[in-house]
Amino acid sequence: MDQILSIDKGAEEGLVQLLKFLLENDKVSGVFTLRKTTGKGFFDYALITEPGLLEDAIPLHPFMNVNGGKIISSLPPMKKPVAAVIRPCELRSFVELVKRSQGSIDDFLLISYTCGGSFPFDKTLKDNGQKLLPGYWKAVEKGVDSENIRQSCASCEHFVPQNADITVSLLGEKDLRSKCLMYLHSERSMAMTEEFDAEISDGQLEIKRFEALLEKRSEQKKKDFKEINIEDSGLDGMIDLFGRCIGCHGCMRVCPICQCVLCDFESCGYDPDTSVIANELPVRGGVRVPTDTVLFHIGRLSHMSFSCVGCGQCTEVCPADIPVSTLFRKTGEQVAGIFDYIPGRDVDEEIPVTIFKEDELSELGND
Amino acid sequence: MSKEFKPKIISFLCKWCTYSGADLAGTNRMKYPASILPVRVMCSSRVNPVFMVKSFLHGADGVFVGGCHPGDCHYQSGNYFTRRRFAILTRIFDTLGMESERLKLSWISAAEGVKFVRVTTEFTEEIKSMGENPAKKKVFL
Repeated sequence: MDQILSIDKGAEEGLVQLLKFLLENDKVSGVFTLRKTTGKGFFDYALITEPGLLEDAIPLHPFMNVNGGKIISSLPPMKKPVAAVIRPCELRSFVELVKRSQGSIDDFLLISYTCGGSFPFDKTLKDNGQKLLPGYWKAVEKGVDSENIRQSCASCEHFVPQNADITVSLLGEKDLRSKCLMYLHSERSMAMTEEFDAEISDGQLEIKRFEALLEKRSEQKKKDFKEINIEDSGLDGMIDLFGRCIGCHGCMRVCPICQCVLCDFESCGYDPDTSVIANELPVRGGVRVPTDTVLFHIGRLSHMSFSCVGCGQCTEVCPADIPVSTLFRKTGEQVAGIFDYIPGRDVDEEIPVTIFKEDELSELGND
Repeated sequence: MSKEFKPKIISFLCKWCTYSGADLAGTNRMKYPASILPVRVMCSSRVNPVFMVKSFLHGADGVFVGGCHPGDCHYQSGNYFTRRRFAILTRIFDTLGMESERLKLSWISAAEGVKFVRVTTEFTEEIKSMGENPAKKKVFL
């Protein structure tokens, strides 16, 4: 049974109070959270060790400038765990990175929340998202989608965090502005908050109340997947889709899963030799440059699509407006389905390409 | 007279099994189709899926990967990984609506020269019936 901490304060305020308590009482070495950078409304992720700096913390701000899971995997190891407040998709990507030996789950007290989604870049950058916030929180209170969230968020089915030590309950909490409910799932989170001043009770996060939202999101996902319509268009469709790719590799750089130290597509072997283009010309009559943009995306799909958590960062950064995220999620779900794999589900579950079963896929290779 | 279509099939052959199988076919004076363009690899698991995609997009009419039978890998378990990767890549091709039939994986041991000839001949015929790889003539590379 999980424990519930309840505080008579707004959800964000209550969470900041807990973070302060953890830091001041030396339960954690640091706090990783979103924070106002300059007080002018700009914000950024920061690793904080000085409790006073938590005054500016806005851990629940619905904006993901970078994928936090990717960022915390690059933080230095500290004496005690770092309390990290990240959204469910960031947590899932961190779990995927841990499986790739790029981080340790024990280094963090993972705090997440039932997520109502985050804003797209363009919407937030215009006015720092301030105008959108009231409507957003109203929607979260009702447990429905705000109309301004990202496409990938509006079709995300994993808004209840898994593997978190603490879950802050947001979606469908009517008293969001006056009450903060935090569910403690792990023993160490219970031990750390023992002396924390809050009402403690036993209970479990009810999944039932999310059914309607889950159904709506699933419908939206089906719609998005249908809209991109890749299977009917084949190679020509791929060429259409990636004909406008400028080869900036931005989608790869922001991807929380694409973290190979030696990347195929960053090596000099990837850029075709001029002679390759010269040899292709007589056959094709013309060669589109930069070359190999379709190869880049299919190659990346073959390397990591099964681990795609659908955070949507790739679509956000694409300057050519290619729906990269939808394509990767759609293909990723198909691929992961072969191995009954769900990215971010369990730290001990290994990624499909590093393990095998002797008695699987026996239909392949027999002639 | 129309020119007969002679497919090109880039073939990644495991040094220990399939490549030796091809050798055996040769020493026994058996014929396998000239469409097979062998690339020797130390293990079928050396084949990065990107190699196969690249061959395909650069105009290979077929891509063939040959390895040891499951359980017989020279490196104990390499071909099991090959098998998973191949399953992943074909699933990606299917999802993207591309012709996964142009990719082939086959287990052929060093003793199976006859099988090598049979499998490569059959695959060549299949590719012939499918026609040229449409990626070959695209301006998009």
